[in-house]
Amino acid sequence: MTETLHGPVHRTRPTSSADPFSAELLADPHEFHEALREAGEVVHLERYDVDAMGRYDTVHAALTDWQSFESSAGVGISDFRREPPWRPPSLLLEADPPHHDAPRAVLQKILGPRALRALEPQWRADAAALVDEVLARGTEFDAVTELAEAFPLRVFPDAVGLRQEGREHLLPYGDHLFNTFGPENFLVQHGAPSLPEHAGWVNEQCARDALAPTGFGADIWAATDRGDITEAQAPLMVRSLLSAGVDTTIHALGAILAAFARTPEAWAALRSNPALARVAFDEAIRLESPVQTFFRTTTRDVEIDGVRIPEGRKILMFLGSANRDPRRWSDPGRFDLHRDPSGHVGFGMGIHQCVGQHVARLEAVALLTALAARVETIEPAGTPTRHLNNTLRAWETLPVRLTPDR
Amino acid sequence: MPNDSPRSPVSADPAAASPVDRLVVAARRVVADQVVELELQRPDAGRLPDWTPGAHLDLMLPNGLTRLYSLLGDPRDASSYRIAVQREEHGDGGSRFVHDRLEVGDMVGFGGPRNNFRLVPATSYAFVAGGIGITPILPMLRAATVLGIDWRLLYLGRSPGALAYLAELAGHGDRVQLHCSGSSGARADIDAWIAESPSDAKVYACGPAGLLDAVVRAGANRRAGWVRVERFTATASGPARATPFALEIAGTDRTLIVEPGTTVVETLRIAGFDVLTSCARGVCGTCETEVLAGEPDHRDALLDDAERARGNCFFPCVSRSRSDRLVIAL
Ligand code: HEM
Repeated sequence: MTETLHGPVHRTRPTSSADPFSAELLADPHEFHEALREAGEVVHLERYDVDAMGRYDTVHAALTDWQSFESSAGVGISDFRREPPWRPPSLLLEADPPHHDAPRAVLQKILGPRALRALEPQWRADAAALVDEVLARGTEFDAVTELAEAFPLRVFPDAVGLRQEGREHLLPYGDHLFNTFGPENFLVQHGAPSLPEHAGWVNEQCARDALAPTGFGADIWAATDRGDITEAQAPLMVRSLLSAGVDTTIHALGAILAAFARTPEAWAALRSNPALARVAFDEAIRLESPVQTFFRTTTRDVEIDGVRIPEGRKILMFLGSANRDPRRWSDPGRFDLHRDPSGHVGFGMGIHQCVGQHVARLEAVALLTALAARVETIEPAGTPTRHLNNTLRAWETLPVRLTPDR
Repeated sequence: MPNDSPRSPVSADPAAASPVDRLVVAARRVVADQVVELELQRPDAGRLPDWTPGAHLDLMLPNGLTRLYSLLGDPRDASSYRIAVQREEHGDGGSRFVHDRLEVGDMVGFGGPRNNFRLVPATSYAFVAGGIGITPILPMLRAATVLGIDWRLLYLGRSPGALAYLAELAGHGDRVQLHCSGSSGARADIDAWIAESPSDAKVYACGPAGLLDAVVRAGANRRAGWVRVERFTATASGPARATPFALEIAGTDRTLIVEPGTTVVETLRIAGFDVLTSCARGVCGTCETEVLAGEPDHRDALLDDAERARGNCFFPCVSRSRSDRLVIAL
């Protein structure tokens, strides 16, 4: 990306006075994303003095070029070189090679497709049981609480090996964490007072003796016995699962349920071919990008489209915009099961690409196939409302009406 | 890392087997007696797959041989790989081919990089390198330095002239101990050197089998996982193929022909099958596919040797088939 120069060298970059972290743009970012993409490959956001990328190619290149765009200065707006992070930085998300190498290798194995195969039968059975329970209670309900939240909360904490008490801390912790990647706005201020109790519980669960003897948590600790990571690293790696693995998946499931409710022909297609569930889930992630943004920091002067960005600048990558860039996707606003969503950046790309993506896909496939087996139609039963978060795109409520098979 | 295990050559050019995994020899230089270093790049000088210290490349030579070579450069350099090849006079010809025939501008095929010899965190490291076994150790030394973890290196060879990269190592002062059996006639005292290393140090060794055995013996009283050696096991699989193969999709009556020059994923998509990929480089694992019959030609960066040997899954974004027929479940 830095090698290929287009246009005159050292142009000044376009600027925007928009606030992508305002309630208005968080609720409806698409027009702003389009303006961003149209303005250029890099746009200066005056309000925060950061450089933003909205086009697919540019975002993809920045994600993969970890040498020029580092994560260890924080993947939120805060620059760890200038202000200390509010919690000990993540050993994965907020680390560069070589520090990133060992924790990544360990988690990749624990959360890899082959390791997950052992969980699959149980998760499918859990999904079928959940769908039965929900339908037994009624056919009109809020799909956020009854399905999108209920399923991950049923399977994921068990898979990690968390105890029952206190699991209610998971959602507010994750929600606040993802808010803190943005500026200290109304969302961060709202969550800050209750943070200590949530963070306290989360940190306690990361200890070896707080975790069940089997599960992802135990697997992480077992890696310390082999010397693959240190005992000091293990709790922070368990914390990564609790931070990054709950809200993201819930919002992704909300995204796909909303997409199916809006697109009855897609639901019919899934019903007739449940094997479409995998592609459908990634298409929903492309369309909605549950993780909308992450930041990087430049490690050197880089040149993009003739614009020189100095070393040490915060770069805001709009994954959600890249995933709807018409330069890359035709009719990008459409939920289209015939599209090949491969290459979307909803899970990121490169060395930090979501290490939990196979977990999320397995959860989604289990829930969707269970639903497809019992539910003929899904339709909206009211106007859904947005849940605002500085990083995540989410539904607060998603009223749906299902027609079960007779 | 030398690996002149016996393998029969194939007729056509396996480097041409797939469009995505070809490298051009961008530079070559002699770095010690009988050791040449190659710098490999994409033909378009584009970004190469990421790797970590200890990783190796599966290199498919134009003469049909597949060889494993440790990457010795800097993972921060995304546009070139560096490997070093020692001439093995009595090998089966892989290293002789590299030394005598491979020239700047020639193309080679590659798979990976894969890492079976990962650098794991430690309170300190004790590295032992024998001859060309220095190659995976070099990036480890740089990583350890960046991580701020203390290390020492014992570097053994026949003669000073046989030891590559001495200039690079010179800057590290007495952290590096050289030992040449030729000059003094004396064998290095591996037991003593390992015993001198802190008891919780992680020990890494790469080199000839005899040296590795000595290191393992010397470290026998250390915790399992605290002593790690890279053995160049000769994989017994046949040569990479450069001819089309049949891809059977279980549960359907479809058999597709995968031509050299197209990937399995492309072939499947053209035939109307949905295969979800993400990185398209054998790194992320999204396209993992079950293999029911046939022998996959693994080019991914994910499976370790044991998983490869099992042969029951592969990554069709980069991997192919060694057998005439490969049966997969989608
Ligand atoms: C659909 C649900 C999910 C989405 C959309 C998502 C999205 C992402 C994205 C965009 C990144 C890249 C961050 C960056 O480049 O800076 C990432 C990284 C990560 N994700 Fe996910 N994620 C999901 C589910 C999960 C789950 C279920 C887990 C845990 C089991 C998880 C754990 C992680 C971790 C630990 C990282 C950091 C990886 C690294 O830096 O090497 N995620 N995720």
